[in-house]
Amino acid sequence: MLEGDQDQEEDQGGLRNDGRRAAELRKIRVRMGVFGQADGSAYLEQGNTKILVAVYGPHQPRGSAARAGGKNVGGIINCQYSTAVFSFSAGERKRRPRGDRKSIEKSLQLRRAMESIIQLDLYPRSQIDVFVEVLQIDGSEYCVAVNAATLALIDAGIPIKDYAIGCTASLIDSTSKNDEDSSHAAGVVDATYMEECSPGATLSIIALPGSSNDATKGLVVVAQGAGQRLHLSRLEALRNRALCGCRDIRNILDRAVRQHLTVHSQPSFSTLHVID
Amino acid sequence: MLTTKTFFRKTKRGNIFKIVREHYLRDDIWCGSELCNKCLHKNRDVILSNENPGAKSSSFPFPYYLVLDTNIVLDQINILEENTLCNVIIVQTVLEEVRHRSSNVYKKLKDIIGDPKRKFYIFINEHHKETYIEREPGEKVNDRNDRAIRVATKWYNKHLGLSQTRKEDKHNIKVILLTDDTNNKELAVKDGLYAATMQEYVSSLEDGTLLLDKLCKQSYALEGENKEPLFPLHRTPAELHEGIKRGKLLQGTFLASRENFLEGSVNVEGFEKFVLVQGRVGLNRAVDGDIVALELLSEDQWSAPSDIVLQDEEEDPGDILEEEKELIKQKSIPSTEKTPTGIIVGIIRRKWRQYCGILQPSSVKGNTRHLFVPAERKIPKVRIETRQSETLSKQRIIVAIDSWPRNSRYPLGHFVRALGNIGDKETENEVLLLEHDVPHSRFSDAVLSFLPKLPWVITESDVAQRVDLRHLDICSVDPPGCTDIDDALHCRDLENGNLEVGVHIADVSHFIRPGTALDDEAALRATTVYLVDKRIDMVPELLSSNLCSLRGNEERFAFSCIWEMDHDANVIEKKFCKSIIRSRQAMTYEEAQLKIDDKTQKDAIAFSLRRLNELAKKLKKRRMDNGALVLASPEIRFQVDSETHDPIDVEAKKLRETNAMVEEFMLLANITVAQKIVAEFPECAMLRRHPEPPQTNFEPLIKAGKHQGFIINTNSGKELAKSLEEAQKRDNPYFNTMLRILATRCMMQAVYFVSGMLHPNEFYHYGLACPIYTHFTSPIRRYADVIVHRLLAVSISADATYPDLLDKRKNHALCHNLNYRNRMAQYAGRASVALNTHLFFREKVQNEEGYILFVRKNALQILIPKYGLEGTLYLSKKGETSAVNFIYDEEDHSQKCGNIVFHSFDPVTVQLSLDRSNVQHEKLVFKLVKPEIPGFSIPDQNTESVADQPTTPKVRGKRKSNQNQKQSRSSKKK
Ligand SMILES: [Zn+2]
Repeated sequence: MLEGDQDQEEDQGGLRNDGRRAAELRKIRVRMGVFGQADGSAYLEQGNTKILVAVYGPHQPRGSAARAGGKNVGGIINCQYSTAVFSFSAGERKRRPRGDRKSIEKSLQLRRAMESIIQLDLYPRSQIDVFVEVLQIDGSEYCVAVNAATLALIDAGIPIKDYAIGCTASLIDSTSKNDEDSSHAAGVVDATYMEECSPGATLSIIALPGSSNDATKGLVVVAQGAGQRLHLSRLEALRNRALCGCRDIRNILDRAVRQHLTVHSQPSFSTLHVID
Repeated sequence: MLTTKTFFRKTKRGNIFKIVREHYLRDDIWCGSELCNKCLHKNRDVILSNENPGAKSSSFPFPYYLVLDTNIVLDQINILEENTLCNVIIVQTVLEEVRHRSSNVYKKLKDIIGDPKRKFYIFINEHHKETYIEREPGEKVNDRNDRAIRVATKWYNKHLGLSQTRKEDKHNIKVILLTDDTNNKELAVKDGLYAATMQEYVSSLEDGTLLLDKLCKQSYALEGENKEPLFPLHRTPAELHEGIKRGKLLQGTFLASRENFLEGSVNVEGFEKFVLVQGRVGLNRAVDGDIVALELLSEDQWSAPSDIVLQDEEEDPGDILEEEKELIKQKSIPSTEKTPTGIIVGIIRRKWRQYCGILQPSSVKGNTRHLFVPAERKIPKVRIETRQSETLSKQRIIVAIDSWPRNSRYPLGHFVRALGNIGDKETENEVLLLEHDVPHSRFSDAVLSFLPKLPWVITESDVAQRVDLRHLDICSVDPPGCTDIDDALHCRDLENGNLEVGVHIADVSHFIRPGTALDDEAALRATTVYLVDKRIDMVPELLSSNLCSLRGNEERFAFSCIWEMDHDANVIEKKFCKSIIRSRQAMTYEEAQLKIDDKTQKDAIAFSLRRLNELAKKLKKRRMDNGALVLASPEIRFQVDSETHDPIDVEAKKLRETNAMVEEFMLLANITVAQKIVAEFPECAMLRRHPEPPQTNFEPLIKAGKHQGFIINTNSGKELAKSLEEAQKRDNPYFNTMLRILATRCMMQAVYFVSGMLHPNEFYHYGLACPIYTHFTSPIRRYADVIVHRLLAVSISADATYPDLLDKRKNHALCHNLNYRNRMAQYAGRASVALNTHLFFREKVQNEEGYILFVRKNALQILIPKYGLEGTLYLSKKGETSAVNFIYDEEDHSQKCGNIVFHSFDPVTVQLSLDRSNVQHEKLVFKLVKPEIPGFSIPDQNTESVADQPTTPKVRGKRKSNQNQKQSRSSKKK
């Protein structure tokens, strides 16, 4: 009755449910330039979270953005975040792919992240569209979307200041025991859906890990978790854990991008390529 | 390395979803053996030792480690708990299976694993790249898991072989698989592994004879020829599932009858009445508490509960069914008494636990087969094998049921341990605790490791984080001899003419940190249990009687609730803080009362107490006007001999004004805190509610009142309180108390709950007549208060939160446990009083004045005010015919015999004596002395004692037992 995640943790010899250690990421698979039609595109898998991003532009502003754009000197970024109705690995179906409050919120957050890395002053009176399609969800989907969007921008040849990298850190242990051995106490990175559902809080952190030594620069923190409160004393450790994750992801993506570019001297062209 | 786990999940609506999960395989999982030089494990992860790892066995004459199959852990846990088996590998597959199958065994296994002496190592085979296996097409999950265990065993043998360079093979450490699954064992042997069943293994051990008693028994060989099985087959789980889904079978909890061992009922959800089951075939091996599947008989086959008392007779009659006929050949049943009847066709889940009892005396000497008679009448006798029957025959023992094959009249089980000699106070207390599921073992080292180190001192930073209230004249008021003081009070004048009142509660949550073993243990125990001569603490003594206890003249941490009040006891302002206090004096109720009454005393404490007393009276009056109930229950207090712990005198308890004073402020503190935490955490505050009883509950009370000429109005708590207040009889001063005792019996249990689970309308506390209530004031002895302390601390930012604290679902489960333990603690307390009453009356036959509390169909319930003792006076025994006939009037609730009529509240004189004919069930017998009924009542001998027992209690070494009293205060608060 009172048994819980703590038992689980001990039984697994400190491993997480899927066999990872606290600071280990899931397997990352990258494909860039998956659409010929788009100006840039990327497909990214982190474990069973699978996301496709297409980038169009820069082009002339259209729609409401065009009307409002008169005052805007710099470029405009338009983000649309949508989730496939069949995407939940737990089996439920989403009612509508986009336009609900959560999707709109995520679109907005994604735009913020993109604005911080694109050199918008290079594109006066232009618009860049970023379309995110979440194909399958198994936790951390917002962070994976940011990562995939970054790759798609690179694929489109749009100059960026740095990778915008997202990573979650989740408190999955039920305890606050001050045991330095229990590495879960500082949170686990790249949480799966199951881990996000555990009673602890989950932080989604978007960082620009390469830009400067000051890791907190350009940090976007989104907290989620079913009405959970996160005590301030645990925030620091959790944030550091997530930042470590961000750096690891950046390194993996950077390697993938460089390999992609050497194989295809021109971006956004021809066939798929898988980098494991 | 990565593999994917795919499986299908069915939702409640019946939809099927595919679930895909990743499963990572690693190459950094180590074997945990000291001899290994291949693995890169850290020293502290090395558990399995190199030298003499296994007990000497004649079948395996070499050093070895053991791998256990799931069935070994589940069935033979009592053997594993013995220290004989060491250096054991528990593979993750087994651990997970055990966790899913039995939380009880799982917990025991974890305790063993946690003991460093036992050297149990968990091997994470499911994430090891060489030991993970995929389920093959068509392979059952169980078979796959068996295979996984064999693969792990094989891997160990190979892996250890790499590091073992000893020349002679017989000195090399091998790995042996223990399994009771014949199939698994065969496959293992075929695979070239060493394998054995637990029986084979234990028999081969040099000093394994005593372990043999603890072997789980699964099969039963009949003496003599093969006979027809006694019981019908149970249907398979699949058939049961299908049957229940189609509505052909019903599912429910089986409740055995106490009077008749061949009868019981099944509590089926959605059925108003319990479904009757009768006879061996009908019961079909169900044991009290089991979840069973039931087939309802057609209406013409329905039956009625038999009125025969049928106890299983003394001697083992072998496996035949004799008395069954007696039951079935009942007189034909009038159709009006017929009730839904069914037969049990399968067991959905066994709820077997370990049972206390005694060995049935056996006529054959040297026999190893014995019958065990459980103390609980509802449980059947159990067949066990033991080689120590000589010693065990005088003892109370514990036995576990293992199985109940079709050919055995009784279930099969094994001996677990002996508790001590029958009749010993210690043994009987132990039985009482076990039967009420009270966790009472010594606190484990893991738990004790979280206690503060001594000497405990208050540091600078402690002072900085707390409000220093050491200058206040605080004192505590408790029963005499109380060592776990959770509350202290103060009152002083403020400059604006108002009063400042403080309630200071031991800051237990400062010492018990969430998630520690100490916290887990306290949450499990849930409450301190008070027996007449013993206290079973919720937290270790260092905390309960020292560091947390707000002792006089010692600096202690407290959680303070401070009000500003005017002289009419109206709260003007309230605040909460963590504080440091120094109680000036720990007083008893009596001392405090004397201090208040003695006008010559003019110190700060006396002033404080008088003010508090005045305020309390006003608070109480206001509460009463609101409709709070004053209830009563007869309570006994024993005077216990300090050396023998035997009760030497019994008396009913007295209450003083100061009891009410302390109680009033505790209520106020609890209500104030409840309001605060529910405002702060509307979803997950832990509260306590007392539901209003349904009107039908009040019927006996209304009838009893009516007969005495009083109308008891039960429409609302307020009206009930008023009716009770007005129902006074000048010629019987005890009448009002008895009426209140009856009213108490009509009440529901008060329970803990999580605010988010109920609508705020349902928070109501009926007995206290307040819309919201919680427990804050006794964290040393109640775990609910610890949670409430934590919530309050978070809400005033005095402490950090943690996920579980705000987890509605987990807290809901916690409340379940708290409510269960509370109920059990209450029952255990009552059983302890009964036990001591029996000890007190052992050598006595005594006449006492009493009153009829209520009238039953065949008995009178008698209350003896002198002792606060209650018992049954039987007017006729089932199945017996007596010369005197009583006529029961259901309307009037009265019994009539000639011109003598018994009504509730009538005075009687009864003779008390102890019936010791049944060792396990001694009982107090009430016999009528007055009024005289020839042929029924017994002559008034007017003698105090029959045996040469001193009638005056010894004075030397007399000590009042106080534990019970402490509880009485709390029971008033519920
Ligand atoms: Zn090794």
